[in-house]
Amino acid sequence: MAALEPALSLQGDARVRRRKIANRVAEAIATIAALAAVAVLAAVVFAVAKRGASELSWTFLTSDLPVPFAPGGGIAPLIVGSAILVGIATAISLPIGVCIAIFLEEYASPWLRSPIQLAVDLMTGLPSVIIAVFIFSLLVYGHAQNGLAGSLGLAIVMLPLITRSTQEVLRLVPSAQREGAFALGASRWRTVVGIILPSAAGGILTGTVLAIARAAGETAPLLFVTGIFGRFIVWDPLHAMPNMPVQIFIWSESPDPEDHRRAWATALVLLVFVLVASLVARIALLSSRRKLGR
Amino acid sequence: MSTVTATQELEGRGRLRDRLGDRLLYLLTFLASLAAVGLIVLIAWEIVRSAHLALSKFGVSFLWGTTWDVNKATFGAAPALYGTAVTCTIAMIIAAPLGIAIALFLSELAPQGVRVIVGSLVETLAAVPSVVLGLWGILVLGPLVADHGVHWMDRWLGFIPFFNAATGENGASSLFVAGLILAIMVVPIVASICRELFLSVPPELEEAALALGATRWEMVRGVILSSSKPGIAAALILGLGRALGEAIAVAQVIGAGYFIHWSLFGVGDTLASRIVSQYQGATTNLQVASLFYLAAILLVIGLVTNLIAQVIVRRFHVQGAR
Repeated sequence: MAALEPALSLQGDARVRRRKIANRVAEAIATIAALAAVAVLAAVVFAVAKRGASELSWTFLTSDLPVPFAPGGGIAPLIVGSAILVGIATAISLPIGVCIAIFLEEYASPWLRSPIQLAVDLMTGLPSVIIAVFIFSLLVYGHAQNGLAGSLGLAIVMLPLITRSTQEVLRLVPSAQREGAFALGASRWRTVVGIILPSAAGGILTGTVLAIARAAGETAPLLFVTGIFGRFIVWDPLHAMPNMPVQIFIWSESPDPEDHRRAWATALVLLVFVLVASLVARIALLSSRRKLGR
Repeated sequence: MSTVTATQELEGRGRLRDRLGDRLLYLLTFLASLAAVGLIVLIAWEIVRSAHLALSKFGVSFLWGTTWDVNKATFGAAPALYGTAVTCTIAMIIAAPLGIAIALFLSELAPQGVRVIVGSLVETLAAVPSVVLGLWGILVLGPLVADHGVHWMDRWLGFIPFFNAATGENGASSLFVAGLILAIMVVPIVASICRELFLSVPPELEEAALALGATRWEMVRGVILSSSKPGIAAALILGLGRALGEAIAVAQVIGAGYFIHWSLFGVGDTLASRIVSQYQGATTNLQVASLFYLAAILLVIGLVTNLIAQVIVRRFHVQGAR
């Protein structure tokens, strides 16, 4: 009964103090972990910015690739090539990804839904090097390298990302809109095309931008199929196209310090694009979620 | 009367169009979905088909073959399997506690403003292209580890064979650095899935624990962590899947040495990085087929890990992991 005596000190005994210390230690560890992650990001961005900025110039951005073992040169063909490769990949994966999402959210019966959803989820986890050797074996082995094969590989990377983000927005469209359309006698396809897709368009767009940011930095799907290219801009996707990730990879493996400087500068261009794109998409995502009421 | 029939006719035409449109949209979206399932099957079939030559020549013994010799036409996967196991173990040992701790910070500790900023910074880390991370790894992190880390670890942990640097190993391109780079890639995955998990724990349970006098840490351990076990497992497996399959950044930092040795500071290779480092030099059909055999092994491991994660996610209705 002594424990109930209010006269007993409420100041912690040794055990309470130990518990409090354990609590403080755990909080400190969690905070340090978060700081460490931020520090690593800062270290990477700082290294790329510092070493890349000194090399970066207008001529570097607009010149053809350097002649081997010679100073100078630029990365215009890489920027053009990357843009075309990712553009074609988006044109392939966006309509297919949106269609799959519509099927899963609007049409599929439960027993059809689960295998397709599983396939999409498995595709998300598929290592990009697997996609790379698949495309290589299917389209390139025994033929010439070409940009279209690279775009197809990137499209396989992007497809599950677009499907998933579209599914999430479709789920956020208020069911009142859907039911209102049905109640007015609209058929399902009119509801989907006329009501649901327009109100989900913003979300689909941000999901696509995130997928583009991811695809722009993917190296493996391009390495085997559009990895050997000349010094000049290529507009025709039926030929091997220069691109930023593969060239960064090649330059990073080179023993020449001049190539390392070029790799840093190219990495800076790529990183700025990827980070700005994903940041803008994330901000848009947050605000559109707020608008759709979450 | 004529007006009535006209409207009926109009309605009929409209209904026909509606039915056609419905069928069409259904067919279109169904075909797209079918293509997704077909693609997975096609990928598996194509890779096994391309590996056929090596499969029939080496059979299962490919898994424990230790040589990769074009002249003798002998190929084996053991060093790549070993390198994959070692680098992924390093990555998970670092990334699992770190990712979970970050998730706890974001879901329980941080004030709202900090939460949003740090949360998006952690997700930004996941957006850094692997080739850029690899570039940083080979030119900044590798030399840093070689200059400072290896000497220290060799001295204090050298009694463990893993940390005993052999002569001539400086660790700049090594299994160890590859493990570190993979850890950086896995942390954001684990952190963001776990954060969603922890936020979905019912607040009544948390408040009940606090009301019973538990400290915040006791509440985290007793309520949050114990009720999110399956989800944490799924998050870790998804992170492991990422580490297993990463090819480019690993190929940049691991040094492409094809042998098995204790020291973490020596060069090595993983399944994925071997494919990347060998594709251009592949001269014989058997060598190409052997690379596809490596890809087939990677595909099986990757599919199995992802399948396990998805089964956990579906079985326990894990939030945020899909």
